[in-house]
Amino acid sequence: MYSQALDVRDDAQPDEAVNAAFEARVAAEEKIEANDWMPAAYRKTLIRQISQHAHSEIIGMQPEGNWITRAPSLRRKAILLAKVQDEAGHGLYLYAAAETLGISREELVDQLLAGTAKYSSIFNYPTLTWADMGAIGWLVDGAAIMNQIPLCRCSYGPYARAMVRICKEESFHQRQGFEIMVTLSQGTDAQRAMAQDALNRWWWPSLMMFGPHDAESTHSDTSMRWKIKRFTNDELRQKFVDVTVPQAEFLGLTIPDPELRYDEAAGHYVFGEPDWSEFKAVLRGEGPCNAQRLAHRRRAHDDGAWVREAAEAHAAKRATQ
Amino acid sequence: MSPTSEPLLTYADGALVLSHRLSEWMSNAPTMEEDIALGNIALDLLGQARGLLQHLGDEDELAYFRDAQEFRNPLLCELPNGDFAHTIVRQLFADAWFAEIWSALAADADVTDDVRGVAEKAIKENAYHWRHSSAWVVRLGDGTEESHRRTQDALDALWPYRGEIASPAWYSRVETVLAEATLTTPPRDAWTQRSSADGWHSEHLGYLLAEMQSLARAHPGATW
Amino acid sequence: MTDNWPLWEVFLRSRNGLHHQHVGSVHAVDAEMAVANARDVYTRRGEGVSIWVVPSAAIVASDPSDKDELFEPALDKVYRHPTFYEIPDGVANI
Repeated sequence: MYSQALDVRDDAQPDEAVNAAFEARVAAEEKIEANDWMPAAYRKTLIRQISQHAHSEIIGMQPEGNWITRAPSLRRKAILLAKVQDEAGHGLYLYAAAETLGISREELVDQLLAGTAKYSSIFNYPTLTWADMGAIGWLVDGAAIMNQIPLCRCSYGPYARAMVRICKEESFHQRQGFEIMVTLSQGTDAQRAMAQDALNRWWWPSLMMFGPHDAESTHSDTSMRWKIKRFTNDELRQKFVDVTVPQAEFLGLTIPDPELRYDEAAGHYVFGEPDWSEFKAVLRGEGPCNAQRLAHRRRAHDDGAWVREAAEAHAAKRATQ
Repeated sequence: MSPTSEPLLTYADGALVLSHRLSEWMSNAPTMEEDIALGNIALDLLGQARGLLQHLGDEDELAYFRDAQEFRNPLLCELPNGDFAHTIVRQLFADAWFAEIWSALAADADVTDDVRGVAEKAIKENAYHWRHSSAWVVRLGDGTEESHRRTQDALDALWPYRGEIASPAWYSRVETVLAEATLTTPPRDAWTQRSSADGWHSEHLGYLLAEMQSLARAHPGATW
Repeated sequence: MTDNWPLWEVFLRSRNGLHHQHVGSVHAVDAEMAVANARDVYTRRGEGVSIWVVPSAAIVASDPSDKDELFEPALDKVYRHPTFYEIPDGVANI
């Protein structure tokens, strides 16, 4: 049984044996499913993580949706429309997964609208040119994929399965973004400049998507033990840089990091420090678009209230006939 | 009716412009499910437009480099979205129109294979769109007092735009749904807006195209 | 303002011959909307030929803490499996 019907069991007073059995299951790579016993903290962490992910998808529709009506070719328009539609779908898969943990979608949406729920900092940046569509697909979705692939093996079944679905769809997102960058960088001088400018603006925020340095990451230890998180922030960030730099070289674009260089001995790229004060500011709500993103979501929700009420009223009428 | 270029352009432009209007709902719909549903309809219509435009010439040349006066879409398609009731009633009208034209096109022996292919695919897509718009008109018409009022207002405002798209079959389909929705259907002989066949559109199309075409026109000749 | 539409579980048959499989859930006010939402959310890439939607409240699940009594007894009845039986060499078709 799911959500409202879910019988949330004895999480509050775990006995030693029950807890130990749970930890053993997770350590043995067994999946935990919706009705299984789980520590209250595991449930809470998952709800937080899954809902943040869901909110990010929904908010992410805004910066990308910003260029649908100005897409410069019909093919690009169709692709972008499909991508933003996918994002709504991803949000829904994730809210559905979160609901298996005993929280309702309404509650989660209320948290987002109240401003108490977090979503990925990256979506608080503006999309200023068409090239941003390329940069977001290439870098932001690229970073997301790096975070998301390990989650396909997360210990919580419904989340892992949602992630498998999402990862399949996300790779189209990244490819279409990279394709835009290729076309622009091989295009007119103005298009090349547009692509470089987008890279300049989206590079550092993309690195910040992986979160603070491991030393400052608070939830990490238990999340790793519970197999909700598989790699550390720094590990993923390093992997992202190593994978992406050659792609930028192919495009003939310059990554805006004067410290970036390849370290033969380590077999990795060495790179500069993101501006962590900017990261913290954006998390505090002081980013370029935080207020705008939330206001947009609230307005859509409020404007739609009469529609949702009508649907409920109609269904109720039909039910009594 | 034999499909010369002009009717095909009317269908293509109708689908293109209406798709554009629907895409404006992305991230603004009353539910996330409707974001997806409206996105789906927008994508289908865009595909239909592209199929026909590709038959008529270069799809992007036609979409991005013609001025408003060269567009042949029915006026209904270019009207602003208004509230959700407005959008859904507009969609009901458009879906009933598309149902007629696609089935006529698919059955027409004089039509080329590529155009017939577009029409045959569109018939299936249209069936799904019709389900969606008719279900919603009924929900909104026979929902709450507020939804009823908004839907009646939308119906009254959009009825004059039926001139370019109505037919006996159209009236029959649409009026059945409006009745089930407990709405008051205006008379068939009520006044109609003039048509856009001569390229004389509403003030709305200019703004729509200004936005849609701005980037492509800023970089003429560029590949995207 | 309540807009907590009922939750429905979605099952898809990906092609004829296969079972319907659970793929997730949708919110909808009634069955018709649930099917449409399920179609829009879960079949954008041709994933299905048939959709079932079931109100979540209608699903009865076995209790995980009953796992042992429900499922373990089957594990030691090895005589239910063909490999338990030895057929002499030279005997065909069995």
